[in-house]
Amino acid sequence: MNKSVNIKDWYISNFGEFEKRLNGGRENFIHQKRKEAISSFSKLDFPTVKNEEWKYTSIAPLLKHNFVPTFERKSISKEFIKSKLFSKMEHSLIVFINGKFSPENSDLLNLPEGVFVGSIANEIKNNGKVVQKYFGKYADHQNHIFTALSTAYTEDGAFIYVQAGKFVEEPIHLIFITTSAEEKILTQPRNLFVAEKNSQVTIIEHYVSNEESIYFTNTITEIVAEENAVVDHIKLQEESRKAFHIARMEVDQERNSNFRSHSISIGGDLTRNEFNARFNDEGGECTLNGLFMLEGSQLFDAHTLIDHAKPHCNSHELYKGILDQKSRGVFNGKVIVRKDAQKTNAFQENNNILLSDESLVNTKPQLEIFADDVKCSHGATIGQMNEEAKFYLKSRGIGEEASKAILLHAFASDVITSIKIESVRNYVEKIITEKFRQ
Amino acid sequence: MLEIKNLHAGIEGNEILKGINLKVNAGEVHAIMGPNGSGKSTLAQVLAGREEFVVTKGEIKYNGKNILNMAPEDRAREGMFLAFQYPVEIPGVSNTNLLKTALNEIRKYHGEEELDTIEFLALVKEKMKLVELDQKFLSRSVNEGFSGGEKKRNEIFQMAVLQPKLAILDETDSGLDIDALKIVANGVNKLRSKDKAIIVVTHYQRLLNYIIPDFVHVLYNGKIVKSGGKELAFELEEKGYDWVKNEKIEEMVNL
Repeated sequence: MNKSVNIKDWYISNFGEFEKRLNGGRENFIHQKRKEAISSFSKLDFPTVKNEEWKYTSIAPLLKHNFVPTFERKSISKEFIKSKLFSKMEHSLIVFINGKFSPENSDLLNLPEGVFVGSIANEIKNNGKVVQKYFGKYADHQNHIFTALSTAYTEDGAFIYVQAGKFVEEPIHLIFITTSAEEKILTQPRNLFVAEKNSQVTIIEHYVSNEESIYFTNTITEIVAEENAVVDHIKLQEESRKAFHIARMEVDQERNSNFRSHSISIGGDLTRNEFNARFNDEGGECTLNGLFMLEGSQLFDAHTLIDHAKPHCNSHELYKGILDQKSRGVFNGKVIVRKDAQKTNAFQENNNILLSDESLVNTKPQLEIFADDVKCSHGATIGQMNEEAKFYLKSRGIGEEASKAILLHAFASDVITSIKIESVRNYVEKIITEKFRQ
Repeated sequence: MLEIKNLHAGIEGNEILKGINLKVNAGEVHAIMGPNGSGKSTLAQVLAGREEFVVTKGEIKYNGKNILNMAPEDRAREGMFLAFQYPVEIPGVSNTNLLKTALNEIRKYHGEEELDTIEFLALVKEKMKLVELDQKFLSRSVNEGFSGGEKKRNEIFQMAVLQPKLAILDETDSGLDIDALKIVANGVNKLRSKDKAIIVVTHYQRLLNYIIPDFVHVLYNGKIVKSGGKELAFELEEKGYDWVKNEKIEEMVNL
């Protein structure tokens, strides 16, 4: 019997035990969902590289570790949290430690009326209407084993609900901290963000760890942007270099909504980001920017899908990778333009720089167009550092390392200049600068 | 200041420079002329330390130091400057960023304090006037989307800010209209002084109407085949490079 079967069996046989520990959690709507999900989970197999969608990303190393959920509550120093803030004081801050809401570290004093930010566990417990309406609506567990696992073992995560017409000025900062030491734990933040008609909100999902330990984050984020809503989403992944991170994000866009995503990743041994956005109505705008900077034996895999189901929508996608040493990157970007989706503009680009002979990128842009009056383009490049530009800088007295850093910074900055909030952009700039200063 | 002895250099096994000898003293302006493919740009690039070119024989001494094993950035910090024939476009790196980093790295190298933003901007604004560049240009990416003339003026602007001891201008005049040419020449003339030297590499005599050289050398087939005063440039303009080529062949026949 191989180990992957072991851990799967463990999740199935411990499900009942898990539910029991959720103090009364069996009484609400989610109980049924959990039961369905564990049933899906037992029927599904963990993907192997024979599966086309996982061709370049083997999860065998992940399964080897037998990650399990933890019920232990841990604390974290204030200093550590401070080091992850964008500005000294933040009043729209919600902290999760090992997947559980940590009220003592959160600060939600600055929320305008009609804006709810909190723990999804509470909403589930109270059978909240919004949660009932949207939870698992698009992140279906029938065909996705990691979603099935997340749904069956759903415990906590962030819930953000912005009512119609509300404008949230300060960015809402969610910090997910994993502190696991020697334990090989599984945390499964489950997030739901709903922006109602004419509302506007900026949300940062920030994954960090305070030590270089081995753990597994399996996270799902569902986002609903209703008519004319503007949602800015930034995902920062600064986890342990030994961590495993599997994420799924589902975005639903209604008429004239504007969704923008920036995903910055430097952490993790194995990271898989699945991102699916759908235009359910006309006039939507979707921006998908990503930056991954890898070294050692890190693997980063971005699987994105933008579904142009309706006419007059625009999507722009730009993913960039910088890979050093033996790291590997995977970009699989699919854009579907359905038959009715006339006047679609869809642009996709993936550019990569390989800094070593042993680094590798597999890039696969896919455009599937079934409408005839559309503007679409896609492209991918894989190259090395521009030696001419480097020589030019050196000839002006700038040293080898500094020249390299300047050029990589310039390459990367392209992705983040469109982050509107200055404090957040500066924080990301700092990540990039520190990355190349080594 | 600069002493080149029997310099042989090439790229990918092709020898391009076949024994260059040249001595440049402080305060002098030397023009190196020659037909296309004679090795002018190779010489300029070798002086700046471009790694692709391999020096197979000979030496280059700069202020008494052998610089062949010196990194390009250290040559620059020691006061050498190359104005590129084809300035490189660097998207995402602003002119300010380039200049400020360069200037401060050079200052650090000499144990001087770094300039703060105010001091830097004051210096830069003064030098911009010299080459008639607009201030907006500072925040633009290095050479990106610049016209040919703007690129060349940018080289001279960088030179004016960095204040090198030895400037090598690689065909900075090519493709410039007369107004741009005057601006460039004016920038170069401002740099002229007793303790500085300039090497002007050019294909055309025209630039030398505005930058009067002390010496003119003719490079042909990887060697300096003729040296003289500024009149040599006029002679070349009149008779064309074929004159040198033919003369060279005659010499060879006579041997």
